[in-house]
Amino acid sequence: MTTLEMRNVTKVVGRETHIRDVSMTLERGTLNVLLGPTLSGKTSLMRLMAGLDAPTSGQVIMDGTDVTGLPVQKRSVAMVYQQFINYPTLSVWENIASPLKVARRPKAEIEEKVRHAAKLLRIEKMLDRTPLELSGGQQQRTALARALVKGADLVLLDEPLANLDYKLREELREELPRVFAETGAIMVYATTEPAEALLLGGNTATLHEGAVTQFGPTLQVYRKPHDKLTAAVFSDPPMNFIDVEVKGGRVWIGESVTPARGSLSGLRDGGYTIGFRPNHLYLTPEEAGPGHIELEGIVAVTEITGSESFVHADYANCRWVALSHGIHEPEIDAPVRLFLDPDRFFVFERDGSLVAAPETKAKAA
Amino acid sequence: MKDTRIPAGSAAKIDTQSTRARGGVVEKAPTRAAVRKRIPKRWIVPTLYIIFLLLPIYWLFTMSVKTNQEILSTFNLWPDQFTFDNYMVIFTDPSWYRGYINSTIYVVMNTVISVGVALPAAYAFSRYTFLGDKHLFFWLLTNRMAPPAVFALPFFQLYSSVGLFDTHLAVALAHCLFNVPLAVWILEGFMSGVPKEIDETAYIDGYSFPRFFTKIFMPQIASGIGVAAFFCFMFSWVELLLARTLTATEAKPISAIMTRTVSASGMDWGVLAAAGMLTLIPGAIVIYFVRNYIAKGFALGRV
Repeated sequence: MTTLEMRNVTKVVGRETHIRDVSMTLERGTLNVLLGPTLSGKTSLMRLMAGLDAPTSGQVIMDGTDVTGLPVQKRSVAMVYQQFINYPTLSVWENIASPLKVARRPKAEIEEKVRHAAKLLRIEKMLDRTPLELSGGQQQRTALARALVKGADLVLLDEPLANLDYKLREELREELPRVFAETGAIMVYATTEPAEALLLGGNTATLHEGAVTQFGPTLQVYRKPHDKLTAAVFSDPPMNFIDVEVKGGRVWIGESVTPARGSLSGLRDGGYTIGFRPNHLYLTPEEAGPGHIELEGIVAVTEITGSESFVHADYANCRWVALSHGIHEPEIDAPVRLFLDPDRFFVFERDGSLVAAPETKAKAA
Repeated sequence: MKDTRIPAGSAAKIDTQSTRARGGVVEKAPTRAAVRKRIPKRWIVPTLYIIFLLLPIYWLFTMSVKTNQEILSTFNLWPDQFTFDNYMVIFTDPSWYRGYINSTIYVVMNTVISVGVALPAAYAFSRYTFLGDKHLFFWLLTNRMAPPAVFALPFFQLYSSVGLFDTHLAVALAHCLFNVPLAVWILEGFMSGVPKEIDETAYIDGYSFPRFFTKIFMPQIASGIGVAAFFCFMFSWVELLLARTLTATEAKPISAIMTRTVSASGMDWGVLAAAGMLTLIPGAIVIYFVRNYIAKGFALGRV
């Protein structure tokens, strides 16, 4: 059983801390998503896993062996970057074959593995060309094929689809886990998009400013984030937050007072922060269902993407986003009625830790 | 009568028609002439410039195929007595052709040393940050700002005392002082154009550093190496002062020999001109081979 264990890994560059005390264990045959916004430390963490950088403190342990100082050449690692990185002077065939050639494998084996990988990634017709003669998607497929043939224990994919157009991205996202699952490697996939993490499944580690805020099965992290930071990272558009006061079974949300219901029921008196996803901020009472809370906000901006509208509204010094189906175009600076469903609230302590999460209806059903 | 009149009238008609026709031609003629004139106009300045550039070379060439007597006595654009005797002197007299061999040896040595040393240096500058890297890079370039004459004396004294005087290596090493910084500067520009991720991908694939550098990295900056080699070659080929100071007989360069052609019978103009023509050739050949790379170098913001 191959495992990669990061033990209290910290990386400091100059005065900046890029990675802050990360401990996690990745297991063989699993797909692990590193989710976080730009500069949250996804790439830094991958470079530490690969051995391209050495941690300032802490250990990287592979199969029980400490590999912290081991150069990358001696590790069983493959990596694919966001930019399409191939050797421009070599043909596609030579590009894919390069890790095998360096390892001095027999010619027949190289030929067979390269053909197999090229076929899986559907670039078998491009083998004689050079990478720069290919389209972006084909270039990235070449890079992926090179990572695949190596048969490494650890496969690191650093936002591999970010520079591809929408259709190619969907296509490759579907293929990738399947292609690498055969090798039984530990797969690590970095992305900035929560939706991508959910589509890929597996495990997710959410990163915030170099620290892993939570690591666990993707759906679990999504449904029951440990804290406010994780919830904020794992939501796109960002989660809506507001500070509330609970006192004697009643809740003060800004200037409005309502009975504590849903996730808010049964809380001790005190201050909390509630969070709810944009698709749970409604513009009509029907959508919010019975027991909804009605508030009046001011419209700031409206974005319309085809059949959905993002209405940004201000309420009690908080900027919220409501995602609603259909086209809504309320006037800017006009008051708007907002409806909240207390069953959908994530409730956090003021220090950020989770108190209550909404019951998942999927589970119940 | 009728018969005669009619032709007359028709003749008159024809006349007016022909004048009209001619008038048409007259109208068109200036535009055609203008077209004919416009082409030469556009070419006047470039043509003059090219003549201006090529005149000395042409003059050198005609001198090299004239006899001394003709050079000194008459003014003509093409020799009356076409002769290759001057060239034969150079190809048969060892004191002449040794000069070319010496020059070629130290120029090639210098180019190989300069580019060989500059490659790792430029890689370090482009890939790593270290204490004072920017200052060091600038300091390297300032070496080029000093005139070679400044270094002639220390080099002469130093090489005499260590027994390097009058060797090809002496000149090659002395020229490195100017060529290594230049080569580092040019190569650094080309190397910085190669993404760092390529290096890392190669290490991940299992390449050792030397193997990566020669197999993956150098082919990618081949044009940069070509440009750097070209500039080293040209500097070393045309540099006269250091080459002359640091050699006596064994490694004397052609440019030094050319300055010593005053014999008992006066100046040997023809042979000197032939030597000059031959000196131009290597540079022309090298420029021909790297002309596309130099354009690339300019596009990358270096050179």
